[in-house]
Amino acid sequence: MHLAYPAVLSVLLFCTGLYGVLARRNAILVLMSVELMLNAVNLNLVAFDVWLRDALHSGQALTLFTIAIAAAEIGIGLAIVLMVYRNRGTSDIDKLRDTAEGHEPADATAPAEKAEATA
Amino acid sequence: MILAHAVTQTGNGFLSPTGVEIAFLLVGIATLAAAVLTVTTRQLVHAALWLVVALGGLAVEYLLLTAEFIAWVQVLIYVGSVVVLLLFGLMLTKAPIGRSADADSGNRPAALVVAAASATALVWVVVDAFRTTWIDLEGPAQGSTRVSGEILFRHWVLPFEALSVLLLAALVGAIVLSRKSPQDREGKN
Repeated sequence: MHLAYPAVLSVLLFCTGLYGVLARRNAILVLMSVELMLNAVNLNLVAFDVWLRDALHSGQALTLFTIAIAAAEIGIGLAIVLMVYRNRGTSDIDKLRDTAEGHEPADATAPAEKAEATA
Repeated sequence: MILAHAVTQTGNGFLSPTGVEIAFLLVGIATLAAAVLTVTTRQLVHAALWLVVALGGLAVEYLLLTAEFIAWVQVLIYVGSVVVLLLFGLMLTKAPIGRSADADSGNRPAALVVAAASATALVWVVVDAFRTTWIDLEGPAQGSTRVSGEILFRHWVLPFEALSVLLLAALVGAIVLSRKSPQDREGKN
C-alpha cells in the first residue's frame, strides 16, 4: 500500500478536527474534535510503524499510550465541563470569558458578570 | 508525469491500486465524511453518533494496516467508552435535542480558512514527500496481539506502568472534580 493514502487521510482528519476545535461553541463538541485530531495522529503512528518495521514497534506502543492518555483526557475534560456547567449554567466556551469562579453557584450569570466587571 | 515517475521508481503506481488500497480508500472516504459531519452537524447528539462512525472506520483502517490489536483497542476504548462518556456529558449539560441554531461560534469563517490552509499545506508536503513510498504488507502481521504483548511487556514496561499511575490519577481527579463540595450540598438540603 502506498504510504501516501494513510498519511493524506490522517492530514485531512487532523484538519477536520482543527476546524471543529476552532468553530464549535459547545465545549463537549470541542472535546469531540480533539478526539478526531488525536485519532489522526494515531493513524500516522500506525502507518509509519508498519512501513518502517521497527523492531521495538514504537509506533504501535505509542498509539496504545495515546489511546490511554486520550481516555484520561476525556474523563478529566468532561468532569471540568460538568463542573463549569454546574457553576455557570452554560458550557458554551465563548460565554466563559472570566477565569474567576462565580461566587454563587445557584444563580450563576449575575455574580459572574459582577466578578468580570470588578476584575 | 509524476505518476509515471512513481511507476518507474517502485513498480507500484497509483493507477493500478491493489485490493487493500481500494478498501482503504473507500473506508477512508466514509471515515472522512463522518468526521466532517461530526464537526458540522447542528444536532449535538448526532455529532457524537457520527463520531462513532469515524472512529469505527479508523479501526477498520488499522485492521487493513495489519495492526489488529490496536484496532480492537480502538473499538473497545473509543467506540465503547469515550463516546458513551461524551453522550453522558451532553445529557448532563442538558444539550438541546434536535437542531440548535448556535452550534457554531462566530469565528466559523476564520476556522474554515485556517483548516483549509493547513490542509492544503500539509497534503502538499505529505504527498510530495511520500508519493513513492511503499508499505509492504506481506509477511507476518506487524501488530498481532502476540507481537504487541511481547514488545509491550519486554521493551515498554516502565512507560506502561507510568501510564497506569496516570490513569489512576485521572480517575481520582475526575471523581474529585465531579463531587459536589460540602457547603454546596448543605445549601441544597
